[in-house]
Amino acid sequence: MSSQREIRLSGFGGQGLITAGIILADAAIKEGKHAVQTQSYGPEARGGASRAEVIISDAAIDYPKVKEPDVLLAMSKEACDKYLCELQKDGILIVDSYYVKEVPETEAKVFSLPITELAREELGRVIVANIVALGATVQVTGVVGKEALEAAVLDRVPPGTEDLNRQALAIGFQLGCEQLAK
Amino acid sequence: MGKNEMEAVLMSGNEACVEGALLAGINFFAGYPITPSTEIAEGLARRLPRVGGKFIQMEDEIASMAAVAGAALAGAKAMTATSGPGFSLKQENIGFAAATEIPCVVVNVQRFGPSTGLPTSPSQADIMQARWGTHGDHPAIALMPASVQESLSLTITAFNLAEEFRTPVILLMDEIIGHMREGIVIPQKGEYVIKNRTKPTVPPEDYLPYAAGPNEVPPMANFGDGYRFHVTGLIHDETGFPRGRGSDGDYLVRRLINKVMSRLEEILMVEEIGMEDAELAVVACGPVARSAKKAIAMARELGIKAGLVRPITIWPFPEDAIKVAAKKVDAIIVPELNLGQMALEVERNACGDAPVYRLNRVDAELITPDEILAKIQEVK
Repeated sequence: MSSQREIRLSGFGGQGLITAGIILADAAIKEGKHAVQTQSYGPEARGGASRAEVIISDAAIDYPKVKEPDVLLAMSKEACDKYLCELQKDGILIVDSYYVKEVPETEAKVFSLPITELAREELGRVIVANIVALGATVQVTGVVGKEALEAAVLDRVPPGTEDLNRQALAIGFQLGCEQLAK
Repeated sequence: MGKNEMEAVLMSGNEACVEGALLAGINFFAGYPITPSTEIAEGLARRLPRVGGKFIQMEDEIASMAAVAGAALAGAKAMTATSGPGFSLKQENIGFAAATEIPCVVVNVQRFGPSTGLPTSPSQADIMQARWGTHGDHPAIALMPASVQESLSLTITAFNLAEEFRTPVILLMDEIIGHMREGIVIPQKGEYVIKNRTKPTVPPEDYLPYAAGPNEVPPMANFGDGYRFHVTGLIHDETGFPRGRGSDGDYLVRRLINKVMSRLEEILMVEEIGMEDAELAVVACGPVARSAKKAIAMARELGIKAGLVRPITIWPFPEDAIKVAAKKVDAIIVPELNLGQMALEVERNACGDAPVYRLNRVDAELITPDEILAKIQEVK
């Protein structure tokens, strides 16, 4: 049985979760793994629910959709409430504590992190909350290597924002480290 | 160089279609953007001008199909991309292109219908529209990719078949393949074949534009190359002019069909997995075939000898593959994202040799491997 990781990134439209999903899949491809990224979003550009899903595997991936993720990132209360029931029992839940004040009862391993708060306070840019979240997610789950993730981030962000995104990623890694140490 | 170029890159099916079109030599795209096909127009709007091609956003789908036909007559490798509602609008001019033997590629990234439907949700409900969407007896070639890599390779194949058979070719994608991203390898020059339409070898004054050449396909001159000829959707004779004669209709319609049906071995592509010893076959295409592939592996772990038949060419339908499978297996399951379109073809070709069971979803979600496995266990 090959190892397969299934990750769901969820929240509001406009938080950059689909971009985050693309970057994560790209990082896996850079490591020579198989990856499939899919998404679901409403017709609205911002607001509304948004989710991106990534499957990472050593073997070719047939069914491309995620049904029961083993990693769930929830960057809104609605997303947390909606998708937590589908998370595997021994899965990992990462929530943005700015939006998810109270985490519902769960057997999953929970990481409640001030993702949006740090993006605003440390970098003054809420727009990179998705990259902070990616850094933290990769730090606590190890779904891809940190070097591959950084390379994928730098490949996919607009020119001129590399430093900002590198800092966001570092904050995310740090956040993950601190939580793991607890 | 070398190594980097061979590495897998992450892209969506729609982006891969753009890459495939560029490799095939596309130099004209006319379209009217529509979800979930828009990324194809976006990509070509950016890329085509850089390679000396033309991109034009027309006022609607009808006009964009007309522009594609016109550009192809002038010698271009032309393509348009759309989704269900736009595909409906293009049908009249697809019929014109079929009747006047204009090579072109029409991409339909299927979405949930009918009508405006669910624009961001997948479907396979245009299978019959790809065959019979335009009126009258006409040839139809349609290909269905099941991966991002295949989205690229089948776009090249679609151009090649269009050029070789002088007919519109439909690339029947869907929202899942169009929008999902996976790693693909972009082939290098020499790793793929490019075909171009046969040009006339006679001087302009001797040119009969609709006189069948080798394989019943007339050599095609570019408008502007000095060969003056008439192109009409009316039934025409070898000169291209309409005479209003039923006998011309009989000859033309039979030739249009025959030029495709007499060379099926060059058009039909079918993937088979585990059919050597299969006692049960799943016939599935596009993304549903991915679920089916997993389901037959799960069935085999339970000791059920299941196999997969995946039509890659959906039109002309690979009839013989189904006939052979039906004689071999005890049951056939046809899962599809509609209420039974490919199943009609499978039932017709199974000829009662094996019972055909349908498995359909029309709730905007992909059929899962578990659902197919459950059906396998149910009918076994």
